[in-house]
Amino acid sequence: MIASLAARHSWFEATARARINGLLDAGSFSEILPPAVSQPSPHLAQLDLPGAFDDGVVIGCGRLAGKAVFVAAQEGQFMGGAVGEIHGAKIVGLLRRAALEKPAAVLFLIDSGGVRLHEANAGLIAISEIMRAVLDARAAGVPVIALVGGSCGAFGGMGIVAKLCSAIIISEEGRLALSGPEVIETVAGVEEFDAKDRALVWRVTGGKHRYLMGDCAMLVDDDIAAFRSGTTAFLAGWTEPAPSVASLRARQRALENRLAAYGALRDGLQVWAALGVAQPESVPMLDRDSLVALKEGLPT
Amino acid sequence: METLEFRFASKPGIRPDYPALCGVVGSGNLEILVQPGEQPDCCQVQIKTSARGFGTTWQAVIGDFAASHPAGGTTIAINDMGATPAVVSLRLAQALAEYQGGAQ
Repeated sequence: MIASLAARHSWFEATARARINGLLDAGSFSEILPPAVSQPSPHLAQLDLPGAFDDGVVIGCGRLAGKAVFVAAQEGQFMGGAVGEIHGAKIVGLLRRAALEKPAAVLFLIDSGGVRLHEANAGLIAISEIMRAVLDARAAGVPVIALVGGSCGAFGGMGIVAKLCSAIIISEEGRLALSGPEVIETVAGVEEFDAKDRALVWRVTGGKHRYLMGDCAMLVDDDIAAFRSGTTAFLAGWTEPAPSVASLRARQRALENRLAAYGALRDGLQVWAALGVAQPESVPMLDRDSLVALKEGLPT
Repeated sequence: METLEFRFASKPGIRPDYPALCGVVGSGNLEILVQPGEQPDCCQVQIKTSARGFGTTWQAVIGDFAASHPAGGTTIAINDMGATPAVVSLRLAQALAEYQGGAQ
């Protein structure tokens, strides 16, 4: 058990660059705008804060199991992976190039709290441009796969971006939501949401909960190799559907039904019970394979 | 933020074609970009750091690095978010090893 843990390379703990190196075929990654030619944020410099050479995101081309893919990886350790003007422009440029060159997929390694508030409107505009570019790439037939398992999760604008992607592959450690726990507590009070209750945070935003709810296509272990094999397997069975009003309407109905069924519940434990999980209190301790088996046995 | 610049004599090292990046600009950490410099017997360093007033400490740490490593012929750029001297020394050695290892 301990030996197998030691053999793992945690996705959660890895840097953006280490994730890319372990995810793609060895030696296949070619970075676009590498640190020596990229530009740090001029906004942070104006605020007298040190920037990062790559502005917190690594973009480029490579291969996954032989297929040509584009990759964008956010660095959660730099300013919480937050999206500033240059950071956003790099992602948008990559997605636009994908719509033209049509690689097998764009892999979007999300690790971000959302907009970089230091950059105010420039950050907000950057996020909206990313949203548009994700949808344009998908409309051009290029799947955009979000991989979520970093320490910052996918929150704020990047939570929306994640849900605009073709699919999300998440680990138990990953989190996905709109407003982050601290934001909810600050705005609505600790009675509404206690952001210091880490177990509650994971029961409401964590990878297991998102997978049980059907928000994520796949749950993988916190292991770079597991993200690699999961993404490879997912892409092998995926064809990007043409956008249609009918599928949007169906999705809208499903979300309305979901809100009616679970909207009044306060905790993942209550939601899992309502989903038909016989022992919801056992969910947080289940390993990945047991949880996947549990979900497959649930009534639909 | 404070910007510091140093230039130290250092033994000439291998000069690869590709730059190397090491570390992340996170709390208590720093990133170091090593690129070819102009003078083969000199290591030129520019530092942008969030912690003001540690110029003499930086000078000592970088001077020690330049004296103990073949860092001649490099230009080193650093973005720092409050890394301790021990972390800086470790990252410098790591960055130079990656830079010169990448030439093989």
